[in-house]
Amino acid sequence: MNLLVCVKRVPLTGGKIVLTEDERAIETRHLGFTVSPHEECGVEEAVRLVERHGGEVVVLTLGPPEAEEQLRDALALGADRGVLLATDGGDWDPEATAAALVDAIRAEPADFDLIVFGNESADNANYQVPIRIAHALGRPCISGLKALAVEEGQLRGEQEVAGGRDVYVAPLPAVVSVKEGINLPRYPSVPAKLRARRKPIERRTPEPRPARLEMLRLSVPPGRGRRAEVLGEGPAAAPAVVGVMQELGVL
Amino acid sequence: MSVLVLVEPDDLSRQALTFARGLGEPVDALAVGEPVELGGVRTLHVAEIDGYAPLAWARALAEVGADTIVAAGSDHGHEVLAHAAVLTGGTFAANVTALEGDTVTRLRWGGSVVEEARIHGAPRLLTVAPHVIAAEDADGAAPEVRTFTPALADGDLAVRVAEHLDTSTGGVSLADAPVVISGGRGVGSEEGFTPLEELASLLGGVVGCSRAVTIAGWRPHTDQVGQTGTKIAPDLYIAAGISGATQHMAGCKGAKRVLAINADPDAAILASADYAVIGDLAEVVPAITAEVRRARGS
Repeated sequence: MNLLVCVKRVPLTGGKIVLTEDERAIETRHLGFTVSPHEECGVEEAVRLVERHGGEVVVLTLGPPEAEEQLRDALALGADRGVLLATDGGDWDPEATAAALVDAIRAEPADFDLIVFGNESADNANYQVPIRIAHALGRPCISGLKALAVEEGQLRGEQEVAGGRDVYVAPLPAVVSVKEGINLPRYPSVPAKLRARRKPIERRTPEPRPARLEMLRLSVPPGRGRRAEVLGEGPAAAPAVVGVMQELGVL
Repeated sequence: MSVLVLVEPDDLSRQALTFARGLGEPVDALAVGEPVELGGVRTLHVAEIDGYAPLAWARALAEVGADTIVAAGSDHGHEVLAHAAVLTGGTFAANVTALEGDTVTRLRWGGSVVEEARIHGAPRLLTVAPHVIAAEDADGAAPEVRTFTPALADGDLAVRVAEHLDTSTGGVSLADAPVVISGGRGVGSEEGFTPLEELASLLGGVVGCSRAVTIAGWRPHTDQVGQTGTKIAPDLYIAAGISGATQHMAGCKGAKRVLAINADPDAAILASADYAVIGDLAEVVPAITAEVRRARGS
């Protein structure tokens, strides 16, 4: 099987988000970066499928040149090679992102049996890039999977819904998006990290397109402007906690 | 100008409908399979499609058409509108909280960042951010109901729910529980959750956890509260040994009250909790359990 996984570089934001002065990005000078969580599970899932069925996993990202770090992370999980669509780091809207990814997929020598996305990116969460790509490539798309299996050229996927799971079956080739929880990604070993440094990454420059969902400015919603009311310290606070429960009517 | 709202029989759809009525244009609605009870709507279009098939549902929305197409900020809502955006050539903004002219306000980072964006092109497709606008029922005449069979294209039903597996245990779910008690890294181990379980069952609530706990393998991902886990809206959320990363707090924004139990008086969570107890959760949680029992006289 030939699999493609699309990932996004996002900052590790911690307890408080601070914006840049122009209010168009998160201040990341003091932050680390990671692969968006749903997508990390996507890489793990693709690697497991190839471990089972044979084939190759290609990992693709659109982002600043530093996103090579996230491609290396995916390669350390077991992907075979990477493609970096290097931008100047600005905000790409979902249609422009999808169009650039479609161009890159069409330029690949491999015909991918399965293209894997995260259900939504941790940062912008536009909920549409996988579906736009599925339409452009004329493939079915199953979203938000918490279980995935390939048997005899058929894809079987499960979504978590209220009270249970919805099961989907679709033919390959297909596009899927997955959610965190579909697996617990492996922790890459030191040899795997060393191997990842030698795996090939191809760099391309995507063609910018005008945004139809044009970001104007960002803001951080005001907090409650006060800190929590401290009910007490240690076990001695228990009666005050029960008082709050009685007030809320949850006792 | 017209607004068309995709409605399912759930509270998030009622929130989306409330948002749509606030836009000041005539509102029509589209339900699939069976009519949904609603008010403040001109026409209720009922598309005859058997079960959930995202592309077919999107086809039905595109066939009815409108300048603004609105849906709930749910898995179905996001998925159907993304398809409908492609079918109509429109522009889709997810998790919207306001629309003013051609400018939307929408949530990024699970609600930790707010974006203002200009929508170019038409139609505009918007999912409504969950639990930002309270659902209100509108009075007035019942809508005119129009049942139709959408003209589906080949492949529109290729992706549809083939089977439903019932995994409910009969107990209250994390998403619906009136009280949720979550543990974080500070719980220290899988066994450390036992006192949390005990307090939760005493209160008719359920136990949740942070992402650090899931990654450590102490609890299953189905227990995870947060941006990439379950989003909860209990009357009381108790976060024990949880530092308060934005990704975790994104999952409990719907909670009426948040009580943090943390050994660190400077933990980030104290800036977004209503109440705090400073101390070792391994001592505090059992003390609360004992006090609840005492208060109930048992």
